[in-house]
Amino acid sequence: MSLKTLWIGALAAALIAGPMAAAVHAQPKEMFVPLLVYRTGPFAPSGIPIANGFVDYFTLVNERDGGVNGVKLTWEECETQYKTDLGVECYEKLKGKGPTGAALVNPYSTGITYQLIPKAAVDKVPVFSMGYGMTASADGRWFPWVFNFPTTYWSQASAVIRYMAQQEGGTEKLRGKKIVHIFHNSPYGKEANPTLEELSRRLGFELTLLAVDSPGQEQKATWLQVRRINPNWIFLSGWGVMNQVAVKEAAGIGFPMDHFIGNWWSASDADVIPAGEGAKGYKGATFHAPGTGFKVHADLFKFVYDKGKGAGKKEGVGEVLYNRGVVNAMLSVEAIRTAMTKHGNKPLTGAEVRWGFENLNLTEPRLEQLGMKGFTHPVKVTCEDHEGAGPVMFEQWDGKKWNIVSDWIPVMRDVVRPKLEAAAVEEGKKLSYTERDCAKEK
Amino acid sequence: MTELLYGIAIAPFKDMVGSPAFFAEVLIGGVFAGLMYSLVALGFVLIFKASGVFNFAQGVMVLFAALTLVGLLERGVPVVGALLGTTAVMVALAWVIERVVLRPLVNQEHIILFMATIGLTFFLEGFGEMVWGANVKKLDIGIPDRSFIVTGVQINQLEMFAALTAAVLVAVLGVFFQRTRVGRALRAVADDHEAALSIGIPLKTIWLIVWSVAGIVAIVAGIMWGAKSGVQFSLSLVALKALPVLILGGFTSVPGAVVGGLIIGVGEKVGEVYWGPLVGGAIENWFAYVLALAFLLVRPQGLFGEKIIERV
Repeated sequence: MSLKTLWIGALAAALIAGPMAAAVHAQPKEMFVPLLVYRTGPFAPSGIPIANGFVDYFTLVNERDGGVNGVKLTWEECETQYKTDLGVECYEKLKGKGPTGAALVNPYSTGITYQLIPKAAVDKVPVFSMGYGMTASADGRWFPWVFNFPTTYWSQASAVIRYMAQQEGGTEKLRGKKIVHIFHNSPYGKEANPTLEELSRRLGFELTLLAVDSPGQEQKATWLQVRRINPNWIFLSGWGVMNQVAVKEAAGIGFPMDHFIGNWWSASDADVIPAGEGAKGYKGATFHAPGTGFKVHADLFKFVYDKGKGAGKKEGVGEVLYNRGVVNAMLSVEAIRTAMTKHGNKPLTGAEVRWGFENLNLTEPRLEQLGMKGFTHPVKVTCEDHEGAGPVMFEQWDGKKWNIVSDWIPVMRDVVRPKLEAAAVEEGKKLSYTERDCAKEK
Repeated sequence: MTELLYGIAIAPFKDMVGSPAFFAEVLIGGVFAGLMYSLVALGFVLIFKASGVFNFAQGVMVLFAALTLVGLLERGVPVVGALLGTTAVMVALAWVIERVVLRPLVNQEHIILFMATIGLTFFLEGFGEMVWGANVKKLDIGIPDRSFIVTGVQINQLEMFAALTAAVLVAVLGVFFQRTRVGRALRAVADDHEAALSIGIPLKTIWLIVWSVAGIVAIVAGIMWGAKSGVQFSLSLVALKALPVLILGGFTSVPGAVVGGLIIGVGEKVGEVYWGPLVGGAIENWFAYVLALAFLLVRPQGLFGEKIIERV
């Protein structure tokens, strides 16, 4: 090879590589998160505040902090109407967007989560189903790409029973008591049943399971049975209009509302509106506080709403489901931040963010820095445990707003975890997954 | 096997006899629920009677009426004013539907008109959401909704009020269809558009009247269902509860809508309470359809539907 040929070759290489290098250099410092929202359709009253809370927190991080360690967050909303087919379509449409593809996906529906679980491992996009989805996926050895912290439906059911026992004066006092679980007749609604049945056997309370078909606009037969059983406690796992009708029916038959507890998808501001005064005393499980009394809300007003960048109306800030959206976004951001400690402060791929999820350790001091001390609880995720088994607290409607009426109630991990691990093996095998050895990943 | 047969054939009846007060409560609950279904079914019947079209948009008309009413109430309009305002909106809507959707489709196949009402459904849903928002709204026009107990049977005031309203509405509509000139004209239009036109019945006016009346029925249904569940977009799904009622009662009969509603209401409640537990519950939705379909096998035109014989 002559010197001339070498020079021509070098020049050609420079001509080709130059623009490419420039392109790499010009790659925006952004990370993309697809948002599968439901702002229209029958479930919009729940979907709108969640989406607003989520978007507002991302806006806050960009406006106040300039992004996550200098990397701006970008997102695109895709309307699912809470329908599984539309959710999958949205995911497929958005998973490749952004300079590094989707960093993570929040399906916002148990049905959509079930469909995305097999896809996530192939596409290398972590699925974050915060407090919903497949409970068994909390075993990270079988489901490395799925995270459902800070706690699951099974853990929630155990905390609800523990709370009822506390109110009765001790676990022993539950013996012989009647508890009715009214549930949405869907995989979501049925999630708590095995845990409740197990606890019924162990603690000796009489459990009745009453299913309500979707959408749940007409529940007369269910409440006739409730009248007949005359239970000491009712636990509700409903969704959408089913919740509003259930609260109204309970008030209508004069059931003591302080003995009626909704799960965290059955106790929002929208759920108590139709019953009016009758809803007073109704309780709900939650893993975050309601209201605007935290520093993060002051920041949301200052950096987002006062600048006219809010996703919804200012009055909606602090609603139960709005705050859930905020928590969901915060946990997503903290997972990205954790991933950056390993992979650097740059736009990350879904696979890199997955590491962040799996090593997330959200401590009390960190929550204080985020302006969320007391708003939610610390979370530690591990390779084995994608749930964190966080505690649950209880809120009560006073006719105008939700108030926290309990301490953090620990879940019954000794009851839940063995069943969860057994279910993970079963569900994992259905998808032809193999068990990971977490010891090798440390 | 014996246990299963006992559970199906003997235990429920023993239970009914053993707890008569509860059984009465189930029956009353069924009657009230059935009349609520009838309220929605009536809207379908009215339009089918006058145009032979199954109005897919009836459910969303219930929603739209309720949204308009609550929207006006929230803006400080007094109850009477809000009711009159909503009526005006529903009549205006009927006028627009007649001008924009129905008039260009005169003498088209019924399936074309049916498809047009599907389009109308999606338009009204989106338009309603755009104008009034998607939040759950409380509808309170002063109807009491507490329960009281009569000889051990609990009765809900709201449901009782709804049942009485449905009864009055049916009586009024029955007189309207059978005894008035307009009512007879409506029936003539339903039988044959062209024939009705040829004898001087003004089709456009008739359609405007019938869609307006269906709109007013939608207001009543919207008030009753909205008071029960709050006014929200799932209100349009109440149409699903009316379908078995229509199958059973016939698409052209006002009394059929009521009797069908009662049979479906009582049937599904009794089925859910006494037989539901055998299969894990939540049978009332599909049980209503099974009941209606079983009925179709015996009487395809429904209980009060017209038996149509076409000579070829």
